Amino acid sequence: MKNNYRIVTAGDAAILVQFENRIDPVINRTVIAVAQAIHSAGIAGVRDVVPTYRSVAIHFDPLRTDRDALVSRVERDAASALPTATEQAEPIRIPVCYCAEFGPDLASVAAVAGVSEAEVIRLHTSRTYRVFMLGFVPGFAYMGTVDERIAAPRLRVPRVRVPPGSVGIAGVQTGIYPTATPGGWQIVGRTPIRPFDPDRSEPFLFKPGDAVQFHAVRREEYARLQDPD
Amino acid sequence: MATVDVVTPGALTTIQDGGRWGWQGWGVPVAGPMDPSSHRVANLLVGNEADAATLEVTFVGPDLRFADQRLAAVTGADFDIAVDLRSMPMNAPFVVPGGSFLRFGPRRRGRRAYLAIAGGIAVPPVFGSRATHLPSAMGGVSGRPLRSGDRLPLGDGNRGRESFPTRGRTNNRPDPFFPLPDGRATLRVLPGPDLERFGREVLDLLQSAPYVVDARSDRMGFRLNGPPLTHIRGADIISDATPLGALQVPSSGQPILLMADRQTTGGYPVVATVISADISLAGQLGPGDSISFVVSSLREAMAALIARERALMAIRSGGRP
Repeated sequence: MKNNYRIVTAGDAAILVQFENRIDPVINRTVIAVAQAIHSAGIAGVRDVVPTYRSVAIHFDPLRTDRDALVSRVERDAASALPTATEQAEPIRIPVCYCAEFGPDLASVAAVAGVSEAEVIRLHTSRTYRVFMLGFVPGFAYMGTVDERIAAPRLRVPRVRVPPGSVGIAGVQTGIYPTATPGGWQIVGRTPIRPFDPDRSEPFLFKPGDAVQFHAVRREEYARLQDPD
Repeated sequence: MATVDVVTPGALTTIQDGGRWGWQGWGVPVAGPMDPSSHRVANLLVGNEADAATLEVTFVGPDLRFADQRLAAVTGADFDIAVDLRSMPMNAPFVVPGGSFLRFGPRRRGRRAYLAIAGGIAVPPVFGSRATHLPSAMGGVSGRPLRSGDRLPLGDGNRGRESFPTRGRTNNRPDPFFPLPDGRATLRVLPGPDLERFGREVLDLLQSAPYVVDARSDRMGFRLNGPPLTHIRGADIISDATPLGALQVPSSGQPILLMADRQTTGGYPVVATVISADISLAGQLGPGDSISFVVSSLREAMAALIARERALMAIRSGGRP
């Protein structure tokens, strides 16, 4: 089967290999496979290979990379790449405290959905999510897709500071803020787990293709996990 | 180890090297110098590798005390500089004796200068780079701008001779290697990658009048005010990668030019991307400056980049372009 894709120019130092314009695990698996193939090809001058929901960005040094050769190489990989088979089957389990203190938007997500807060929590924890891509800040994983009923839109006015560990929803996407940053996602809870820690032997908790499951913990459990004795 | 002490930090002085490439797939931004050409020239003038760590000085420069004698050079924005009370040339190497103060005075043109010190600034690399990324507090000195009292370690480098330089001690002001903008700049762009998200007239609109750099601009990007660029299918796209120089257009229609500290991915359509050869000129702009965009071609972009690289190679071999 041939993949549907096109290669577009993104300035003179990057190209994008775009697949169908959807948030879809099958498309994303092809994206990851193509990114891995290009990365391991070790093409001269390629500085960064970035898989996203539905595209692979290849950043290169235009003085070192033969653009035409890069494009034909990418065409071969993109046309024939098979979705990766080596994805982690066992989900990474993330404890989340869905209390009012940590989830300032839990009530409004519930109100818009027309369900109770407990039902929002049940819906958010009932699915196993896929890590589609990393971006925004170091270690931020874009996961999905969340149940349509709680697929809340971004805040009209983003917060100036979202605390680290905050768990947010934006449309069918969900994610964890690794560090304190401005942010527009609706915050429903907080986890003591750090998706990014530069001093850890594995600085990044998530990689594209991972499976993630959230589970609810009480405030005391959150505190215990945060400060292990 | 040889060190430099920060006496006063200036308005915004950060450590920058060639950038943190190779980690964007993990959400780690590249950072690096706003004016990569001036950064490289400064390094070449003191015998460093082109991507060694320098100080990027913004608007108002620092006062620094050198514990040990070193060769140094300042490029980019045109500042008065002095070692103790002796004025020193821009764009040429000079010696800073041990115990001396290097002071930045008034600035005439451009916004960002680069101070290279022989041996480079030797703070510990993070993910292979010393570049400071301010929004994620990564690299440099704890990921932040320099402060009074910071002590910067230096790598092994050329101490220079006491008699150096003989040229440029007083009135000799060598021209900058690359022209600096004087309140306005023309930047060449390649259309896309998201051109189809805009009306057919969008490139005419983009070139119809200058855009002014807004006060809410920083190392991440320049917010621009000018002819609004309208989307045809909304301003939200599925998050995609964001190259350096991308002109991202949020729902307001006012573009944002993504610079060194840009995020790795973004959710707004990109109408056009500034060519690599013009990034350094863009890096010398600041609030109030105006930008005229001109649509270019890949052929022209490459020719301009090769010409710039030739000039840099001439500097490496001791000449001027």
